[in-house]
Amino acid sequence: MDYHVMREFADSWGLLFMMIFFLGAVLFVFRPGAKKQAEEAARIPLKDDCNE
Amino acid sequence: MKYGTEIVVLALATFAALVAVAMAQDVPFQQHVWILFFVLLGTVIVLMRNTTFAPRQDAAIPLRPHASAYMDGPVRYGTVATMFWGVVGFLVGVVVALQLAYPDLNIEPWFNFGRMRPLHTSAVVFAFGGNALIATSFYVVQRTCRARLFGGNLAWFVFWGYQLFIVMAATGYLLGITQSREYAEPEWYVDLWLTIVWVAYLLVFLGTIVRRKEPHIYVANWFYLSFIVTIAMLHVVNNLAMPVSIFGSKSYSLFSGVQDALTQWWYGHNAVGFFLTAGFLGMMYYFVPKQVNRPVYSYRLSIIHFWALIFLYIWAGPHHLHYTALPDWAQTLGMVFSVMLWMPSWGGMINGLMTLSGAWDKLRTDPIVRMMVLAIAFYGMSTFEGPMMSIKAVNSLSHYTDWTIGHVHSGALGWVGMITFGAVYFMVPKLWGRPRLYSLRLVTWHFWLATLGIVVYAAVMWVSGIQQGLMWREYDDQGFLVYSFAETVAAMYPYYVVRAIGGLLFLSGALVMAYNITMTILGYEREEEPIGGQLASPESVLKPAE
Ligand code: HEM
Ligand code: HEM
Repeated sequence: MDYHVMREFADSWGLLFMMIFFLGAVLFVFRPGAKKQAEEAARIPLKDDCNE
Repeated sequence: MKYGTEIVVLALATFAALVAVAMAQDVPFQQHVWILFFVLLGTVIVLMRNTTFAPRQDAAIPLRPHASAYMDGPVRYGTVATMFWGVVGFLVGVVVALQLAYPDLNIEPWFNFGRMRPLHTSAVVFAFGGNALIATSFYVVQRTCRARLFGGNLAWFVFWGYQLFIVMAATGYLLGITQSREYAEPEWYVDLWLTIVWVAYLLVFLGTIVRRKEPHIYVANWFYLSFIVTIAMLHVVNNLAMPVSIFGSKSYSLFSGVQDALTQWWYGHNAVGFFLTAGFLGMMYYFVPKQVNRPVYSYRLSIIHFWALIFLYIWAGPHHLHYTALPDWAQTLGMVFSVMLWMPSWGGMINGLMTLSGAWDKLRTDPIVRMMVLAIAFYGMSTFEGPMMSIKAVNSLSHYTDWTIGHVHSGALGWVGMITFGAVYFMVPKLWGRPRLYSLRLVTWHFWLATLGIVVYAAVMWVSGIQQGLMWREYDDQGFLVYSFAETVAAMYPYYVVRAIGGLLFLSGALVMAYNITMTILGYEREEEPIGGQLASPESVLKPAE
């Protein structure tokens, strides 16, 4: 596997994979119901714990 | 026997160091393993003086009540280490700044600029920043996962192993041992040791996440985890090298030429992106909400911030190699990704700042909040300046000049320094069970000393950097360079003096902090008027009018 093969893979499938992963992550964040979950998650540090 | 295994293992290691002294192939290596030998020997002696031969007590007693609580010992030690290495690193920074202004301060051979400079960068980035990251990550992961650190004493190994790495790296530089890769100067044997420590760190952190009681993994932990994983990967690849002898200090990189340069700056830039940025963003996402007592402005934005940074940062490294032998397309790629980085960075900055919305009055009354806000502002500033500098036309002016140094320190002093100070001020009273800090007024002093220091440092470096860049490219009408290089160096003298003064201000702020922290740990409280002009005692408010 030489440099050119790796480079071609990187700027085709590699790029596509990362694009789709990123868009998927963004869509996931905006799925219905995510807002409520996110608000709960945001409160995690503020729920007071046994010994701070 | 208390510390039984530790003593045996360390004694064996001490002996191995002695063997290495005897077998050493070159003088610096021999001096270096002598240092290792004495460090290990000292540790063994300390442990033996503290050991007891009584049978283990804790096994007989059922679970003690506090056994289920968080493991904060390594966090406490890490906080003190952060403070200690911070002062050392800033002090060395002031010394190298003075060496540039007054070359007579170069004391051959150990304390010349070439050896002191990596000492400064490693002391501030890895010793100060690294200890801060390890300590706060252990603090945050336990509290947001509601779980005790995984792996028992492994966390202690991470702490002490990391200090050994720092000591070996620092003494190595002064002895002249270096592999000449910026921010990765330690030679192969020190690199191997760091790899072991880092894998242990990853285990502790991941293990704690795995056994969490909180179903969701809070976003700060994502940032910390990405920092740990990426640094492991960068460190291993960048340091692939062949030692000349296993008892020698010299090694040769597996890469050569432009591949070597690109590997180095792929490492170097992501050290900035994941060590100096992602890790400290983890800090921001926990300590800012805690200090203002409000949830982060938009949790969903923080998740997008995370993934965008991860995908973009990795490609930005080539902007350190503009106009070099690196293929043009790679330079352009680096530039484009750097410019795109501006967006998620500012998304994160806005998220951090807006966490204060509805609590802006805290800026006036709480100097710790003020510190954090300044940190976020400098994060925004340096992530605006960075993309601009990565544009090739701008870089042709800024590259190799003090402008880069100004950019580095607005990120390093402003963002990394201030967010760390804020986090330490937040943690110390909690870690040592004190009701409050020794003095909030001293925090205000620290804030202003540090801010003034940063502003002086950064402003002076912009002026000198741009002047330097313009002098280098000044041609006369016959096409000759107008200034010789030595003339451009001489022109920097006043700026270097003022920069040293800025550094001195920053250092004195850190000394004020060290005093404040020490007094808090010792359990003192300074009697002082609260900030914000509130009335001193509630009685005087409640007193009825006659
Ligand atoms: C008292 C405060 C400080 C002073 C006076 C100071 C001074 C200096 C000086 C004189 C240099 C060499 C510049 C050159 O070669 O022209 C330098 C480089 C550097 N410093 Fe600092 N420094 C301070 C704090 C910090 C902190 C807190 C950090 C990081 C958290 C930091 C990170 C760095 C880095 C990464 C470099 C290398 C920059 C490059 O190669 O482009 N410094 N510093
Ligand atoms: C979007 C974010 C950023 C971008 C695109 C960026 C871009 C750049 C560029 C173009 C350079 C100059 C390279 C050269 O001409 O040699 C540079 C240098 C540097 N930056 Fe940034 N920067 C960013 C954020 C930061 C932050 C937040 C920090 C620190 C906390 C930082 C630390 C550094 C350091 C240490 C160097 C000096 C590297 C060396 O030794 O030459 N950067 N950055």
